[in-house]
Amino acid sequence: MSYRQKHLLAIEGLYPPEIGHLLDLAESYVLLNRSGKTQRDLLRGRTLINLFFEDSTRTRTSFELAGKRLGADVINMSVSTSSVNKGETLLDTAATLNAMHCDLLVVRHDQSGAPNLLAQKVDAAVINAGDGTHEHPTQALLDALTIRRRKGRLEGLIVAICGDVLHSRVARSNIHLLTTMGSRVRVVGPPTLMPTEAERLGVEVFHDMERGLAGADIVMMLRLQRERMQRGLVPSAREYFRFFGLDAAKFAVAKPDALVMHPGPMNRGVEIDSAVADDPHRSVIREQVEMGVAVRMAVLDTLSRGHGRNEF
Amino acid sequence: MRDVLFSFVRLLDPVSGLDLHGDLLLRDGRIADFGPSLGRPDDAAVVAEQGGVLCPGLVDMRAALGEPGYEYRETIASAAEAAAAGGITTLAALPDTLPAIDDPALVRLLRARGDETGSLTILPYGAVTVGCRGEELAELGLLAEAGAIAFTDGSRALGSARLMRLALSYAKGFGARIVQHPEEPSLADGGAATEGELATRLGLPGIPAAAEVILVARDIQLAALTGGAVHFAHVSTAEALQLIRQAKADGINVTCDTAPPYFDLNETAIGDFRTYAKLSPPLRKDADRLAVVAALADGTIDAIASDHQPRDADDKRQPFAQATPGGTGLATLLSITLAQVHSGAISLGQAIELLTARPARLLGVEAGRIGKGLPADLCLFHPERIWQVEAGRLPGKAQNTPFDGRALEGVVLGTWKAGRRVFG
Repeated sequence: MSYRQKHLLAIEGLYPPEIGHLLDLAESYVLLNRSGKTQRDLLRGRTLINLFFEDSTRTRTSFELAGKRLGADVINMSVSTSSVNKGETLLDTAATLNAMHCDLLVVRHDQSGAPNLLAQKVDAAVINAGDGTHEHPTQALLDALTIRRRKGRLEGLIVAICGDVLHSRVARSNIHLLTTMGSRVRVVGPPTLMPTEAERLGVEVFHDMERGLAGADIVMMLRLQRERMQRGLVPSAREYFRFFGLDAAKFAVAKPDALVMHPGPMNRGVEIDSAVADDPHRSVIREQVEMGVAVRMAVLDTLSRGHGRNEF
Repeated sequence: MRDVLFSFVRLLDPVSGLDLHGDLLLRDGRIADFGPSLGRPDDAAVVAEQGGVLCPGLVDMRAALGEPGYEYRETIASAAEAAAAGGITTLAALPDTLPAIDDPALVRLLRARGDETGSLTILPYGAVTVGCRGEELAELGLLAEAGAIAFTDGSRALGSARLMRLALSYAKGFGARIVQHPEEPSLADGGAATEGELATRLGLPGIPAAAEVILVARDIQLAALTGGAVHFAHVSTAEALQLIRQAKADGINVTCDTAPPYFDLNETAIGDFRTYAKLSPPLRKDADRLAVVAALADGTIDAIASDHQPRDADDKRQPFAQATPGGTGLATLLSITLAQVHSGAISLGQAIELLTARPARLLGVEAGRIGKGLPADLCLFHPERIWQVEAGRLPGKAQNTPFDGRALEGVVLGTWKAGRRVFG
């Protein structure tokens, strides 16, 4: 079974063979990219629109590069959500895009479910590039690819996802993907940054880094936004770093060959210490970026073939 | 006006002890007579419906109208059309309009606008606070004198305990009730769904069930403190209902209603970000829904209100957290309630009481009863006939039903207001 959906809106609901298919295909694109070759005929004549309602240089660039390496015409649209009525902009934009006959639509939005709403209104295949605090599917795929290449498998690994799980779409997508593929997932963070009933997602919940990281194969750090401190969810950056920031001492309780990951951009000295982030043997943060392009090529390739559309 | 004879229907008004198969005669806008067999006056128009049930016109104690200020969502005329199709002949209208109903002239205006429809008595709520802003008390005495039936800030909770205490205390002097939207504002702020597994999965900001429980607990204490009368609108959680049950047993002057979504739907209705199921308070877990059903059955809940909140397409075609909460409820009020009768949770008599005499008594109005000489506000329905709810094809302007696609048993066949047929 290959990938059966028209869109990629969420990891939740995907079956292991669908995830496996995307990862296998991405694997081949890693090799292609490293050899310096391109496949510019694959998406020739197809239009890819990067529709970003939220700033994100790295995700947008990654999709842009992926689209161009496959030969698509790539257009970047940044829409300010503050200037106009938000909902109006979203649906007006959908109507405009439909008139342009775009084939692949990559959407980033600060509201959970916005890509689902767009997917109902446009003919293009919609790829969720991060929606509110809901999901960020390609980030989870690139994380999984990074892990699989380093560890040879996903099944049975202990993965600790640490920090602001409550507001993290990266955490949600990773939880769904890793539990679906048989990893043991832990979430670690202060109770104020932990979503209600998180354990119902099939994870173990910890509020203590030492216990949460004990014996972990992978330590995945999440970004803590300054805004969380303004809203009183954590008292201060220094207190957060003391108890939940990843430094060498906390990392030491994980397995000796444990890897550290971060979706970026990092707040050094808040959720992660530079000594750990820059450790050439243990940190795979830069490799994640490389995998990002390959994974997005695999997603664009798969969705442009329109498997989902042909099966109905 | 020609006489109307309902011939061999089931006459049902449980509070009056009426449940018989027979005839009922309307003359000059009033109920002239009823009984097992009335014979047939020469010039009467005869209404005969095999299996039909004739009950008092429904009394909906909580509905928002688009007028004044939000006519793009709903006008009084369109709300009256939907109400008539739902068997509703008396409706209490929320005051958080634009402008808010915080002036005696606006109370009189709403009453008059209701009379103009010819099909619907509108009972205006007065605002508790000026502009429903929750800052200073409105002129409750003057509003009551102008015909405000009770006081509420509508969909906005009275968050300040001090202000709630003042309102309960002051309104008591005028024999008026304070109707609360029970949701602690600082806990509910920014929330879009009930906090829990589903909100976590969807990445939506949550509102804990405790937001309702806390305000109910607080206001029960304030009602006890002041001796004032508090009514909790659209109660949706098991724990709040338990507190209300206990407060009633303790003799505190507390009443409550709920609305069809809270005993018919649970939070899963918002799956895949369905904004038509985004309501305030949010749909709850199924255990809470079952507790609402139990509270209907044991009498803890005093009334079922439509909690009608008209919205237009643009209010709802938004990312979930930005969509405006609220659902239409006039046309579906009776049928959704009857689903609880068909499932055996409550009797048909209980259902009709909760939709007619009990809310009327609570509001202190003479409505919701069948009796000789009373105004002929009546609803004729068939409890088993089926129909399907379809957004876009509902009567009235507002189409934002959370029940879209539902097949329902129970069809309103006709509605009479003061003896005149206004629907069917």
